[in-house]
Amino acid sequence: MKTQIIEKLKAISRPKKYPDDTYYTSISLEDIPSLAKSFKVDSRKIEIMALEEGIVPERYARNMKTFSPEDQANLLKSQVSIVGLGGLGGTVSEILARTGIGTLNLIDGDRFEASNLNRQFLSTYEMMGKFKTEAAVKRIKEINASIAVRRHDEYLDDKNSDALIRRSDVIVDCLDTIKTRFILETASKKAGSPLVSAAVAGLSGHITTIFPEDRGLELIYGRPDDLKSKGAEASLGCLPSAVSVLAALETAEVVKIILSRGSLLRNKLLIIDLMDNITEVLDLL
Amino acid sequence: MIVHVTLKLFATLSRFTPDSADRYPIAPGTAVKHLLEKLGVPEDDVRLIFINGIKGCLTSTLKDGDRLGIFPPVGGG
Repeated sequence: MKTQIIEKLKAISRPKKYPDDTYYTSISLEDIPSLAKSFKVDSRKIEIMALEEGIVPERYARNMKTFSPEDQANLLKSQVSIVGLGGLGGTVSEILARTGIGTLNLIDGDRFEASNLNRQFLSTYEMMGKFKTEAAVKRIKEINASIAVRRHDEYLDDKNSDALIRRSDVIVDCLDTIKTRFILETASKKAGSPLVSAAVAGLSGHITTIFPEDRGLELIYGRPDDLKSKGAEASLGCLPSAVSVLAALETAEVVKIILSRGSLLRNKLLIIDLMDNITEVLDLL
Repeated sequence: MIVHVTLKLFATLSRFTPDSADRYPIAPGTAVKHLLEKLGVPEDDVRLIFINGIKGCLTSTLKDGDRLGIFPPVGGG
């Protein structure tokens, strides 16, 4: 059947021009679900087959040049866990869905309340009182129906963490308590998956990337036993500009990890302070 | 003898920032711990200490031209 799908893809794809006047072969947004329906195959698989033939699903046309069709297919074959769907997680899920990460595993037991509206892009009047995961699934499906979504309406803890994050190519820490971040780090190391971790207070924040063999969060926070659950954000809140910048930085790390490309923030901490326009990459070791 | 360092206190610690943070006078070899005491920064609130972009600690000593950055624990999202 794969041969038939590829023949059909070649028949209905069309040459198009990038803004720099170079040509590519495009398959339209509408043709993907219609092919998926007629061959009874996931639309994500159709997109992967197209990309492996050098045919670019039009929704990913502006990812190309930075990504090759093969890179885009690899992103579609990947699974990323997003732990926490507040300010960081809501934006991370949106960007990763648009980027074309094939499977998003969403974990959060929280429901929206009015104080989330300043920074959590998934929170709306309609979603007040509803699970954050519900809003995330709805939004992802509105953006990119090819993305497979796994939804877990529960808080991560030391009992459920291993099961919740298994089979992740990358895990994104979008949590809002420091102690739970350590639980997630322990589980990520056990699972052998890289973890990207960001945190915000007011207009400041930081982000790092932790591979299983790295020392990780203890280099930032010290020993977990010595910590209060909440940090400076308890008195400063979280501003949407800082949250969005750090969420975007997390997604860039995710893509670089999956594609083995560029420089990662391993044993480094990128800090930002938007009040004084400070960004700096610091050495943790 | 007096030398000068640059100070940046992040997040909740910014309220301890002195007026002369861009050119703060110290005796050469002053430990971070003593500088923070002088500024009234509670030691419990200090989580990350950076000197010229590299992680330091409370006992690290400062020299002329050093850039010192201090972060409290930050965990929001």
